[in-house]
Amino acid sequence: MANVSWRRLVGGGERRWAALGLAVVVALWEVGHRVYGDFVLPSPLSTLAALGRIAASGDLWPAVVTTARDALSGFLAATLVGTLLGGIAGRSMPVRAMLQPIATMLIGVPAIAWVVLSLLWFGGSGLAATFSVAVAAGPVVFAAATQGTRTVDGGLRTMARAFRVPLGAMIADVYLPHVLSYLLPALGTALAMSWKVAVMAELLSGAGGIGDGLAAARAEVDTAKTMAWVIVVVALLLVVDRLVIEPVRRHFETWRRGLPGEAA
Amino acid sequence: MSQEGALAASGIGHGFAGARVLDDIEFRVPKGEVLAILGPSGTGKTTLLQILGGLLVPDAGRVERPFERSAFVFQDPLLLPWRTARGNVAFGLAGTRLGRADRLARARSMLVKVGLGHSEAGLYPHQLSGGMKKRVALARALAVEPDLLLLDEAFSALDVGLSREMQQLVRLDAQERGVTVVLVTHDLSEAVRLADHAVVLSGRPGGIVARLAIERPARLRDDAFVEAEIRRIAGLEAIRDAFRPTLSI
Repeated sequence: MANVSWRRLVGGGERRWAALGLAVVVALWEVGHRVYGDFVLPSPLSTLAALGRIAASGDLWPAVVTTARDALSGFLAATLVGTLLGGIAGRSMPVRAMLQPIATMLIGVPAIAWVVLSLLWFGGSGLAATFSVAVAAGPVVFAAATQGTRTVDGGLRTMARAFRVPLGAMIADVYLPHVLSYLLPALGTALAMSWKVAVMAELLSGAGGIGDGLAAARAEVDTAKTMAWVIVVVALLLVVDRLVIEPVRRHFETWRRGLPGEAA
Repeated sequence: MSQEGALAASGIGHGFAGARVLDDIEFRVPKGEVLAILGPSGTGKTTLLQILGGLLVPDAGRVERPFERSAFVFQDPLLLPWRTARGNVAFGLAGTRLGRADRLARARSMLVKVGLGHSEAGLYPHQLSGGMKKRVALARALAVEPDLLLLDEAFSALDVGLSREMQQLVRLDAQERGVTVVLVTHDLSEAVRLADHAVVLSGRPGGIVARLAIERPARLRDDAFVEAEIRRIAGLEAIRDAFRPTLSI
């Protein structure tokens, strides 16, 4: 009996393990709060209370909308431009040779530098955040799209050529499914990066959004409020990842089920 | 040239990275006939087939290819891993004017012809056996109703019974629609069952060392005939010479 229930606990669903991991973090948080006190680490409960106060004051929703707009518009631009240029670079040696050093250079520029530059260029308008996000996330998408397009099976390309498959079907059926296995993980990374850079830009520009809220919390030396805003960003990231990236991944990767090395 | 609609190769030569693979290949396949390209491995058979199909441009010589639709069965099945068997056959029809529903319907009926039923049609390549993949590739080629069919070891991964069945299918389809067929094989019995003519490639670079004609009509070739014919051909000095280097080295 004991054996059986132990097995059930171990073999329990993925969700249960995820919940356990989360519970461990919250428990450690509470322990840290008891050791270091309210100022350094407010308890999970008082953070929740701060979150409630932000929501009640009506600041929460506009901030979420602004940050989502900044992050997602930049992410979208990065995805479109990065995929298109990466796709071309993967097929054309001269384009690749020309763009790859530029992408490497762009990746090397610290995100905060882009924020400062775009504030100087675009002022306090929302465009500053969008631009910072796009230019920070774009090269990541570009690199993945290039690598994906480069490694498409030459045999499959020859086969498609032999059957005189038109370009549209060639891209949709030969290139895209392969490129996506490189692109989707990169898009996940780029999306996470988008939130971070957007919040950073907002913090410096003061044009609203979660970053603005963080700046206010810092000015008030309110640690609980700061933690509350952090929770909002993380929640946003998780929700969008689950709602956008995850369904796309599942849709395009059904064929992998049962492949050696893939979970069913 | 003389006959209308023949596949003709003249003076074909080709090399990769400086190494010559093919040298002065010359032959013609009248419309509706079957040519087998025989020879030990490494003599450029696959390269020649790709040149005939227009997938490779030869360094020297030229190919007359007065055909509308050619179809290939490659040595590897080359199926899209992210498409089902049915989707893969339909993919070969992407260049035709058929609508999506028609393509899938034709794919399904062609899969039935190669012995893959409804349940297999929905499987992905990694869920199929090697022989099944080969048959999907064959179905993909036959589905486009080609007037030129190029087969590269198309029956090699199949067991004897199945390979005979598939050969029969290709032969009937080719006869019915007057398809010109070129098949590359190392299997003499495959050539004797299907081909009207055969050329034997040998040496490096590969050149034609022997030309054979198999006179009896393909539908009248029974096992006894095939056996006798194989014995006759294997006894020819040119054939023994052609295959000898791979045995002695």
